[in-house]
Amino acid sequence: MNPSSNSANPDPAAAKPVAVNAAVVNATVVNAAVVSSAAGNPIYRRRLWVHRLGIALSFLAMAVGIFFLLWILGTLLVKGLGAISVGMFTLTTPPPGDDGGGLLNAIVGSLMMVGVATLLSTPIGILAGIYLAEYGEESWFAQLTRFVTDIMLSAPSIVIGLFVYAVYVAQAKHFSGWAGSFAIALIAIPVVVRTTDNMLNLVPTSLREAAFALGAPRWKVATFVRLRSVRAGVITGLLLALARISGETAPLLFTALNNQFFSANMNAPMANLPVVIYQFAMSPYDNWRSLAWGGALLVTFSVLGLNILSRTLFNQKIQS
Amino acid sequence: MYETVMSDSMNPSTSSDYPTNVGPDNNVSSLGGGDTAAPTVPTTISISGLNFFYGAFQGLKNINLEIREKKVTAFIGPSGCGKSTLLRTLNRMYDLYPGQRAEGQIMYGGRNILEPGQDVNMLRAKIGMVFQKPTPFPMSVYENIAFGVRLYENLPKGEMDERVEWALNKAALWNEVKDKLNKSGLSLSGGQQQRLCIARGVAVKPDVLLLDEPTSALDPISTAKIEELISELKEDYTITIVTHNMQQAARCSDYTAYMYLGELVEFGETDHIFMNPGKKETQDYITGRFG
Repeated sequence: MNPSSNSANPDPAAAKPVAVNAAVVNATVVNAAVVSSAAGNPIYRRRLWVHRLGIALSFLAMAVGIFFLLWILGTLLVKGLGAISVGMFTLTTPPPGDDGGGLLNAIVGSLMMVGVATLLSTPIGILAGIYLAEYGEESWFAQLTRFVTDIMLSAPSIVIGLFVYAVYVAQAKHFSGWAGSFAIALIAIPVVVRTTDNMLNLVPTSLREAAFALGAPRWKVATFVRLRSVRAGVITGLLLALARISGETAPLLFTALNNQFFSANMNAPMANLPVVIYQFAMSPYDNWRSLAWGGALLVTFSVLGLNILSRTLFNQKIQS
Repeated sequence: MYETVMSDSMNPSTSSDYPTNVGPDNNVSSLGGGDTAAPTVPTTISISGLNFFYGAFQGLKNINLEIREKKVTAFIGPSGCGKSTLLRTLNRMYDLYPGQRAEGQIMYGGRNILEPGQDVNMLRAKIGMVFQKPTPFPMSVYENIAFGVRLYENLPKGEMDERVEWALNKAALWNEVKDKLNKSGLSLSGGQQQRLCIARGVAVKPDVLLLDEPTSALDPISTAKIEELISELKEDYTITIVTHNMQQAARCSDYTAYMYLGELVEFGETDHIFMNPGKKETQDYITGRFG
C-alpha cells in the first residue's frame, strides 16, 4: 500500500485526504499543526491503521483470485488458440488414429440440446417465478415450491443426470439428445425460477397497487406491469442459466452420452462439447487433446460472452 | 393532428406563470370561499359505521362521512391516524392484502361497495387513485395512458390518440410531453410523472379521484402545478386527498376531515375547520401545537 492510494480512496476514514497524506509522508510540526489535529488523535490513528490493514487484506484476496483466474484463462488461451482452425468447425470428431478432425458434431449437438433446454426452461421458469412472487406469501404450496427450488439450485448436477438416466434413459433403453436436454433443463429451471422470483419482488408495491387501482386484473398486473418493469433482470437470469448449462458435463454423461458421428437426431446419442472435452482430454492422441483444448476455449468464451451480454443488457435497462 | 388540437386547447399560462401566485393566501380565498351552500351539494360517497382491521388491530373506528360531488375533500391528521387507510377503503385497495378487512357501509352508486358481490375492478375504474410516489408504468408515455383505457374500451387508433391527448391535457402535461409520447414514462421528471399518473387515472373517465399525498415527493413548483390541477379537475370529478400539509388542505379543499388514532375527530367545510374548529384537538393540530 502506498500512501497516495489513501487519498484516492472514497472511504470515509479518508475524509480529509490531505491530512492523511501529510501524516503518512512526513509528520512535520508545521504540517500537523496546519492541516488537522486529527492526526494526533490516538483513536483516529488506530482507525487509520485498521483501515489500511483492511484495504491491504482485501487487495490481497482479490489478487489471489484474479491470479488463478488469469492463469486458467491464460493456459486456456495458449493451448486452445493453437487448436482453433476452420477444420474445428467443419469436421466431425476424428476416429482413433486419424489426424486432424474437428468438433462440428459436438458443437451442433451442444447448440441443439442447450436450445431445447432453453425452450423448456424459459416458460416453466418464468411462469413459476411469477406464481411464487404473486402468490408466494399466502399459500403453503408456493412456499414448498420455493423450498424445493432452493434445494434443486444446489443439487449436484450428477444427481440430476442419474435421475434422468433412471426415469428416461433406462426406460427408453437408449441414450438420447432429448434426455440430455431434459437433464440440463432441470438444472436451468431453478435458476430461472429464482431470478424471476427475486426480480419481481424488487418491483415496488406502489407500482403494483397503481395498476390495480386502474382496475387491471391480476394476471395483467403481473405480466404487463410487474414482469415488464424487471424484464432486463429476468433476461439476465435466463442468460446466466444458459451459461451455466452450456458447460455442464455430468448430467450429459448419463443422458446424451456422446456420438462419434454427426447426428441431428435428438432421439439418438448426441455429441456435445463438455463430454467430448472430457473424453478427449484424457486420451493418448495429441490431436484429440488439442481438440479438447479448443473445445474448452470455445465453451469458456461462449459463457464469457453470455455473461458480458447479460451485464450490458442489465446495465442499459437500469439506466433507461 | 396533435398540433392543431393542442394549440387552442392548452392553457399556456399553466406552466410559466404559475409559480408567482403560489402563496397560500391567494388560493385560500379563491378556492375555499364560494361554498356557503354546502348542505345542498349532492353526496357521491356516503360512509357510515366504517370499521377497518389490520388483522387484530383496528385501524378505523366507526367512521361516518359524506364525500360531496365535484368537491375536494381533504383528510388530515398525524401519521398513523388512518387517513390513508380510509382512502384505501374507498377503492377497496386493501383487498390485495389478506388479513385486512373492512366492516360497515360505504354507499356509492346506490350500493354498499364493501359487499362481497362488488366487482372491484369495475369499482376501481370509477374510483381512480394517485399515489404518494409517482408510479409510471415501465412503458412509453402514450402506453401509460392507453394501458388503463384498453382495460375497458376497444378504441380504434385515432380515438385512442384523441383520448391520450385529452387525458394529458386534463393533467396539464400535454405541452411538455407531446414530442416524447414514445419515450419511457420513467424518463419524465418527478412532477411530470405524477401528472402522468393523474392523466392515466383521468383517461379511464372515473367519477372520483383518490389522491394519497400526491405532492409529498415533489418539489414546490411541481406541487403548485398539481394543486392548480386539483382545482381544475374538481369541475368534473369528486376528489379526495390525503395530505400532511396543512396549507395544502387549506388551499385545495372544500371539506376537511381531521382524524386521530383511527377516529374521525371533526369534519366540515374547510373554512370552518381552519378558521373556527369545533374541537380543541383539531385546533391544536392545525396550529401545529400537536402532531
